[in-house]
Amino acid sequence: MTGSQDNKTRQSRVAQQRARLFFGMREEGARGALIAFVATAVFVIVIVALIGTSSTWPAIQQQFLNPEDFASSWPKVVSGFWLNIRMFLIAEVLILVISLVLAMVRALRGPAFFPLRATVIGFIDVVRGVPIILLILLLGFGVPALQIRGLTNSALFWGLTAIILSYSAYTAEVYRSGIDSVHESQRMAARSVGLTQIQALRHVIVPQAIRNVIPALLNGAISLQKDVALVFVLGIREALREAQIYTSLTFNYTSYIAATVLFLAVSIPLARFTDWYTDRDRRRRQGATA
Amino acid sequence: MKLVVEKARKIYDGKLVLDDIDLVVAPHEVVCLIGASGSGKSTLLKAVNLHVELDGGHIFLDGDDITRPGVNANQVRTRMGIVFQAFNLFPHMRVLDNVTLGPRRAGGVDREVAETNAIRLLERFGLADKATEYPDRLSGGQQQRVAIIRALAMEPTLLLLDEITSALDPVLVGEVLNVLRELKTGGMTMLLATHEMGFARDTADRVVFLHEGKRWEDGPPSQLFTSPQRPETQDFLRRVTEAGRL
Repeated sequence: MTGSQDNKTRQSRVAQQRARLFFGMREEGARGALIAFVATAVFVIVIVALIGTSSTWPAIQQQFLNPEDFASSWPKVVSGFWLNIRMFLIAEVLILVISLVLAMVRALRGPAFFPLRATVIGFIDVVRGVPIILLILLLGFGVPALQIRGLTNSALFWGLTAIILSYSAYTAEVYRSGIDSVHESQRMAARSVGLTQIQALRHVIVPQAIRNVIPALLNGAISLQKDVALVFVLGIREALREAQIYTSLTFNYTSYIAATVLFLAVSIPLARFTDWYTDRDRRRRQGATA
Repeated sequence: MKLVVEKARKIYDGKLVLDDIDLVVAPHEVVCLIGASGSGKSTLLKAVNLHVELDGGHIFLDGDDITRPGVNANQVRTRMGIVFQAFNLFPHMRVLDNVTLGPRRAGGVDREVAETNAIRLLERFGLADKATEYPDRLSGGQQQRVAIIRALAMEPTLLLLDEITSALDPVLVGEVLNVLRELKTGGMTMLLATHEMGFARDTADRVVFLHEGKRWEDGPPSQLFTSPQRPETQDFLRRVTEAGRL
């Protein structure tokens, strides 16, 4: 075999391995692939048989899986879903920034920073202690009712603010675990070349911490992508609300399936990406220590 | 830089780690701290670098009490360098950025000037070709030399070295010790905790034996290694000799 052919086979083997890792499968050879195929086929047949023999299946089909209703609800649900995407993107950026600031303040040491630390801890405790939907209702209906001059009365604004606050509190804890995972000696080394606490955090601790928590942050993004739909309780016409409106007009639930499809279309690729990234990162680290 | 330690006392969990230690390091002097693990060598170095707060006593740098309340620890730390056993390089930065971080952020030096100085230091210690590498691509000896250069980049007049060869493969120890010998020739004041008795004997101006947090015996290496006065010192040196380290 010539060198270039050899190289090609190796490349294709690496590609196969990557694909397998992408779906969470280990190297098991042809026998493993056969077992996986048979097991999957049996599993699918059993599920289909169970559902198909259910006495209410035809009615369910009519209520939830009606192609005509799917088609007629689709445009409204899609237009609502664009709002979900926009809310998600705006919220995600703000959450990543706000929570990092919270985590950094919490990581500051010394009595001088006590008031700042206490404020952040108090904020995180309170916000994490309230169900997110309750926070959305409180801010979304409460703040506009106060009629404070200079503040917007937009339910969308306040609903999204509630989500951003809640997620920032949780994400701050993710960053904190990352900061704690960086060895104390790094802080000491940074301080001993004369860096201040904040400089040590910014240039030495946080860059390493972020790398350690990227998988957890991606997980949070998947969660957020779905949770922005919660502002539907304020009557905001995002995908879920649009689906609900369709249902209340037609007594057909297929619009919910349409919304489900849209959410999955975003969250499944995100989940696959997260797994791929986590796996790649782990292999890199193992490579680095080997 | 003259370093004076006066009645330094440190208590950890009820245990006296530093027991009223007095120590003077004269300008351009190289002083080796020797003693068993737990004798207080490392704690003393960290106290001088203000990473450990004393429970009693004072430390003076050129007559300036750096242990007084309200002292600017950052400002004090820029006057001395410290190197650790575990290198503690910043793994997410290239060698050059490791070296220039302190001068740029704490010293307010421009990037260009800091990099020129860093490359000059790297060249001096034979590491110029590693400037753009990440620390995990370097051998232990190279990493520790970079850590020394990182400390030198702050242009300290006192260098603290905490068992900097203890984590190294024996064949790599020499290249690190050679750096210290060169620094001594250049007149650097150094205080180091070490288990390298050979180095202490041929390079140190004075050797200080610490025992149970006390300065037990102190003298020029010619005297301390050949005719130690106290039984604990004799016992320590006998055990070191048996372990083949002297």
